[in-house]
Amino acid sequence: MIPAIFDYQRAESKDHAISLISEHGDDAKVLAGGHSLIPLMKYRLAAPAVVIDVGRVEELSYVREEGDFLAIGALTRHREIETNELVLTNSGLLAAATKQVGDPQVRHRGTIGGALAHGDPASDIPSAALALRASFIVQSSSGEREITSDDFFTGFLETALEPDELLTEIRVPKMPDATWSFQKFNRRAQDWAIVGASVLVSENQCGVGLVNMDSRPVRATALEQATINGASAEEASELASEGLEPPSDLNASAEYRSHLARVLTKRGLEESGK
Amino acid sequence: MTINGTEVSSDVEPRTLLVHFIREQASLKGTNIGCDSSSCGACTIHLNGESVKSCTVLAAQADGQEVTTIEGLADGETLHPMQEAFRECHALQCGYCTPGMVMAAISLLDEVPNPTELEVREGLEGNLCRCTGYHNIVKAVLQASGSQS
Repeated sequence: MIPAIFDYQRAESKDHAISLISEHGDDAKVLAGGHSLIPLMKYRLAAPAVVIDVGRVEELSYVREEGDFLAIGALTRHREIETNELVLTNSGLLAAATKQVGDPQVRHRGTIGGALAHGDPASDIPSAALALRASFIVQSSSGEREITSDDFFTGFLETALEPDELLTEIRVPKMPDATWSFQKFNRRAQDWAIVGASVLVSENQCGVGLVNMDSRPVRATALEQATINGASAEEASELASEGLEPPSDLNASAEYRSHLARVLTKRGLEESGK
Repeated sequence: MTINGTEVSSDVEPRTLLVHFIREQASLKGTNIGCDSSSCGACTIHLNGESVKSCTVLAAQADGQEVTTIEGLADGETLHPMQEAFRECHALQCGYCTPGMVMAAISLLDEVPNPTELEVREGLEGNLCRCTGYHNIVKAVLQASGSQS
């Protein structure tokens, strides 16, 4: 399988990347690690006229402490995040979810920004970003703005990114004392989750992000509220799929996905000490 | 790009995949194409020292970078210790997955020098073998790491 013909442009810096995106807009797709985009192009589900390769923009690969959050460059590869001491200490959930992405070869190439900007409801990392209340810094030639994780995922493979915007940084609140659990149900090693759950519990907060439980990455808001109000893991998990519309496909019916969401969030809450 | 220490240069279409560049432009046929969808790991090579699936990398992304394939491991007639361990442990049957499996295993030991059996099994989750049942492959990787007495 070979992608359709496209024009390849390599960005040499962040500013160069932004100017290329601004120039080509809707005709272009940004290539980071390529482990979401290249398969889509090989299947001919995506056929951008221009591919802008940001893979060598080293200035977008970093993990830094900035006050009460971690600033993670969008081009930071999964392997770096799952082994980074700052992430392991302050955001164990993100490291755990990242470690469940694909396999080692995929994690050597794939990037956090690429996985988030792809906006795939079946991806593990958006669920952790939602549970952690991460936010995203995006830049264009006219400036920069911050988008909350709740506002970022707008539909199936769709995000709030405008055609001329580049996701540059992910901000993750530091929560070294929170308890958390990442749950993933799949049939074989390396498969996508049929359903997954990122669960985070701290003193006054509960965050639960779900994988494959709607057409976009979503939070289980009813469950979160019940937990904050003192419900047990069993009671709260009953609300796991409230208001959500899980897909039915070859792997699972919507009803089975709702069942899995209840089971996985209950396990996750229990593992998080609830 | 540099493949196994040798400069290989060729003008190719942007859509050329790295695995095709290795097999066609560099004429190195040891890297196999299996699923062609980044699942099976048969096309695993090292890009700047790390295992990657070359069916899901554009040749253009590897422009100017260091690539190592299965052909780049042995020193003349002397096999790489991982190749030797695969031979001694009979860690292959049909051999189709073997180049990718060896490349993934070397990258795994670079990151986890003394893995447990579980770490080997998890570390090779991106490589499928449809013959061996994995038992002797795991044994070979443990032997190469020195973790097995």
